[in-house]
Amino acid sequence: MSLINATVDSAIAIAERRRGKIGAEFYAGRGLVIIERAFLAFKTSSWAVVASGFVEPVFYLLAFGFGLGSLIGGVTDGSGHAVSYAAYIAPALLATSAMNGAIYDSTWNVFFKMHFGRLYQTILATSLGTLDVALGEIGWALLRGLTYAIGFMIVMTPLGLIPSWWGILAIPGAVLIAFGFASVGMGITSYLKNFQQMDMVNFFMLPMFLFSGTFYPLSIYPQWLQYVIESLPLWHAIQMERALTLGVVGWGLLGHVLYFVVMIAGGLFFTTKRLSALFLR
Amino acid sequence: MIVAKGLTKKYEDFVAVDGITFSVKRGESFGLLGPNGAGKSTTMRMIASTSQRTSGDLTILGKDPNKFGPEIRAHLGVVPQQDSHDRELKTWENLYIYGRYFGLSRKFLKAKIVELLEFAQLTDKRDTKVSALSGGMQRRLTIARGMVNEPEILMLDEPTTGLDPQARHILWDRLFRLKEEGVTLVITTHYMDEAEQLCDRLIVMDKGKIMAEGAPAELIKKYSSKEVLEVRFGSKNNAEAGQKIAHLGDRIETLPDRILVYSEDGEKILKQIHKMGLEPQTSLVRRSSLEDVFLRLTGRTLVD
Ligand SMILES: Nc1ncnc2c1ncn2[C@@H]1O[C@H](COP(=O)(O)OP(=O)(O)O)[C@@H](O)[C@H]1O
Ligand SMILES: [Mg+2]
Repeated sequence: MSLINATVDSAIAIAERRRGKIGAEFYAGRGLVIIERAFLAFKTSSWAVVASGFVEPVFYLLAFGFGLGSLIGGVTDGSGHAVSYAAYIAPALLATSAMNGAIYDSTWNVFFKMHFGRLYQTILATSLGTLDVALGEIGWALLRGLTYAIGFMIVMTPLGLIPSWWGILAIPGAVLIAFGFASVGMGITSYLKNFQQMDMVNFFMLPMFLFSGTFYPLSIYPQWLQYVIESLPLWHAIQMERALTLGVVGWGLLGHVLYFVVMIAGGLFFTTKRLSALFLR
Repeated sequence: MIVAKGLTKKYEDFVAVDGITFSVKRGESFGLLGPNGAGKSTTMRMIASTSQRTSGDLTILGKDPNKFGPEIRAHLGVVPQQDSHDRELKTWENLYIYGRYFGLSRKFLKAKIVELLEFAQLTDKRDTKVSALSGGMQRRLTIARGMVNEPEILMLDEPTTGLDPQARHILWDRLFRLKEEGVTLVITTHYMDEAEQLCDRLIVMDKGKIMAEGAPAELIKKYSSKEVLEVRFGSKNNAEAGQKIAHLGDRIETLPDRILVYSEDGEKILKQIHKMGLEPQTSLVRRSSLEDVFLRLTGRTLVD
């Protein structure tokens, strides 16, 4: 059989490189191959689904930003400067599309793989670990999020909707947002058992999109409701992206970043734990 | 290579594997023979480091699977009971990505895939979606896939269940070749002919426990006689006839559809039955098999 293994590393040599490293029992350090698998499968997937992730925020921008915006005129940003309505909602739509893309990939896609086709069982019979699977799936979601974010920026910038150079950072910002939502999304999905429970995710997502300061400032709400919304992830995402594209940068940004770092860490922890419980029990 | 001591697996309160002790040596072909629900797959999954044992000791290549899961799995080729191909991918892509899961290089895999497609006789199905392959083809692909990392131990869980006889023989032939190349095989089956053909040594399992252990010929010698006479008197009369001929041979087993008489010389027994004035509808003298061993040990047949 082995005519050709003289010059290449064997599977054993590759696996043994991680011996003694922390987490070697659930992490092989090779989550990238899960992204490679996703790409192979993606080549045959429907382009309509892919395109919709890009087109959706653009449509919102046209309908609300320019359509509704022409009636409204302008709004003021966090530090009292007047901005056009379109420039006000554009970063919110960017944050939202990062969230939606990440949630779609990490919930529906992952749910199908978990319950049909035994893909994860198959992967976990190789020398990969559960954290590789979690990181790989989330990494794929990020890659898509990144592509959408760049695409959206390419549309927004010539329209004059990104007045500040800080706006460039809105792209890594979108990736951070996608990472946070994908981690938590996959974590939650790994605990869900049926489609009814999956629908609950959507039930939560839509109002969060509409009411998180996406289309108007929170100040119109009573104080208690403002507190509630300020505890939700999308609000942090929108605040962060808006501060960047409008160039209203302050230390408060770090608070939003920290919020997402916690989401990422928590999501990964529970996903890894749950995958082990499900497929390595 | 594999050492299990008092290996136990419980699912909640249900004991699927009940304190089994065995070991597998390098280069040998080791079998787990037992009926459905005996705990074979559960044992295989614990060895494959994809299922954690409840208690007992288990080492694979000297390592504890609880601590070295990914590392141990790099040494193993796993053929699960159920085919589980990536349905979104083509035949060759399935082999390719599985090799990538082990971290193998693209260059290595390119050549390896050609070799494995040949081995599995799937070269002309290279670009077919796996969902369009027949059952036998999918099974062969699973086995080829299990070999992509050039494993030292190949774990085959019921490799030929659901295949037609011709496909089975092709597979057996492939497995013989692997064994000749020095690959250690661990095979579960509920077919006694498969166990006899493929296994150097085996354990007979039932209800999570080991009933016997040894080489197929050894087990037959120990638990059965040289020959077996099978006689049928019709399902209504078997029980009564069984009582009449109970004194013949070394031992008899009365099953609903036939009576088995164990002895050194089946023809002689058949003559004695005729002499008693009994006329069986059909009669057959054959050599003892593992089926008889299982029947002796548990009072039940392997395949029901
Ligand atoms: N994941 C599981 N959860 C609960 N019970 C299980 C599980 N897997 C197997 N069992 C039970 O354990 C017993 C042994 O199963 P298995 O190892 O698949 O047997 P075999 O492969 O010999 O047919 C069966 O009774 C089966 O129902
Ligand atoms: Mg089984």
